[in-house]
Amino acid sequence: MTVLGELRKSLVDTLEELGAISRFLIQLILYAPRALLRFDLIARQVFDSGALSLVITMLSGLFMGMVLGLQGYQLLRRFGSEDALGTAAAIGLVRELGPVITALLFAGRAGTALASELGLMRATDQISAMEMMAVDPVRRVVVPRFLGGVIAMPLLSVIFCVIGLYGAQLVGVQLMGVDSGSFWSQMQAAVQLRDIREGLTKSCIFGIACSLIAVHQGYNATPTAEGVGRATTRTVVRSAVVVLFLDYLLTSAFL
Amino acid sequence: MRYAVRGRAIFDGLDVDIAPGRITAIMGPSGVGKTTLLRLVTGQLIADSGSVLVAGENIGELRGEALYALRRRMGMLFQNGALLTDLSVFENVAFPLREHTNLPERLIRQLVLTKLEAVGLRGAAGLMPAELSGGMNRRVALARAIVMDPEILIYDEPFVGLDPISLGVIRRLIRRLNDTLGLTSILVSHDVHEVTTLADSVYLLSGGTVAARGSPSELQTNPSEIVRQFIGGLADGPVPFHFPAPDYFDELLSRSGPR
Repeated sequence: MTVLGELRKSLVDTLEELGAISRFLIQLILYAPRALLRFDLIARQVFDSGALSLVITMLSGLFMGMVLGLQGYQLLRRFGSEDALGTAAAIGLVRELGPVITALLFAGRAGTALASELGLMRATDQISAMEMMAVDPVRRVVVPRFLGGVIAMPLLSVIFCVIGLYGAQLVGVQLMGVDSGSFWSQMQAAVQLRDIREGLTKSCIFGIACSLIAVHQGYNATPTAEGVGRATTRTVVRSAVVVLFLDYLLTSAFL
Repeated sequence: MRYAVRGRAIFDGLDVDIAPGRITAIMGPSGVGKTTLLRLVTGQLIADSGSVLVAGENIGELRGEALYALRRRMGMLFQNGALLTDLSVFENVAFPLREHTNLPERLIRQLVLTKLEAVGLRGAAGLMPAELSGGMNRRVALARAIVMDPEILIYDEPFVGLDPISLGVIRRLIRRLNDTLGLTSILVSHDVHEVTTLADSVYLLSGGTVAARGSPSELQTNPSEIVRQFIGGLADGPVPFHFPAPDYFDELLSRSGPR
């Protein structure tokens, strides 16, 4: 096959994949209102996805905040504006790092768990068994997991930001000696509602993207050990690329 | 009926008639398409031509709610049980009731315990699937398959991988459930001994069509070569021992080919 032929095939495959995932998303959205009536199923998935990612989200938030505190302090000191550290850390965390890093962590932890769980359900005939029991597996299994991920992501992002701010404060105020009053008051004055709205919008959209990729890969996994492994890997890789791409688009849109 | 995958015919001119109220076994060598036939019967696959009639309806033409309505009249026991691994034994059996009915919790409990008692596993109601042996797993799946009181019960290789005690238990359960509940049972298996002692009639598939049909005793005396090979467990015959390959010595001396 020529290079041109391979490129064409690759393009066609990508478009087919995009079409399939779009159809899947529409199906999930159409099923979502009825799924909300059984909120216990969704609540369980919020707990599963959220609890799975909570510890790494909190730890990563703390370290991210500490690094921001350190780097921010070194940079701002050059201009004699260390007091703006709180503002810099808060804006960076709320608008950018919180949603993006939480989404990447979610994809690596909860996303892979979702994909492998659904893939194994297919490999062990649990999906077929549901179909045989006249239960639609998309409604019963996929939609609650998808909605659980969509709800969990903004919550995790908020936790990441709060812990991150504590980390920045820990380094900036406690270690580097930035004035505590300036740190908090400048942050309070500079961070506006639109910053928080931008961060929350991003994390909601990232939640939809990461959960969609995970459930789509898992539900359509080839029912073998290799197939489930491939679905899990694809979940992480595609989620990471899509999150960074969407982040650029959303940041442009909010500017 | 004809069904092909990527141009290769799995079934071509297949004609099977399942008698109501009886246990009909579908037998044949591995890879002949026994499980595929079950998937055609349950509407998970659709025949390329011909029809698959279940309770008078062409299941290949049914979609959505109509297909699910027909499936509610069927129960299926999968080869590996296919229990939902995140639910307990009790919840697995209760699953179809919770999904399809609005019965009060007390009644659901009574129904589930009745079905679990029927398969001898009422005491295991609180266990998780991972805590069950292979035989117990299949008995729970059987309890789940009958909890909605189906008219047709389908078994996919129910005897594979079971110890003699579990195997005897499953065999007795299949017969007892069929007779007491008045079910129509379809059993896919290649276990000659178990099938000949359990089934009322047998279809032996080979080469995409029916090679032999009749009662187990009729099958034992069938002179067909494929039947003799299958029943006698002979290594060579119409189903060859060797997968088609180039000449043995030529391939040994050749430097190319598979490694």
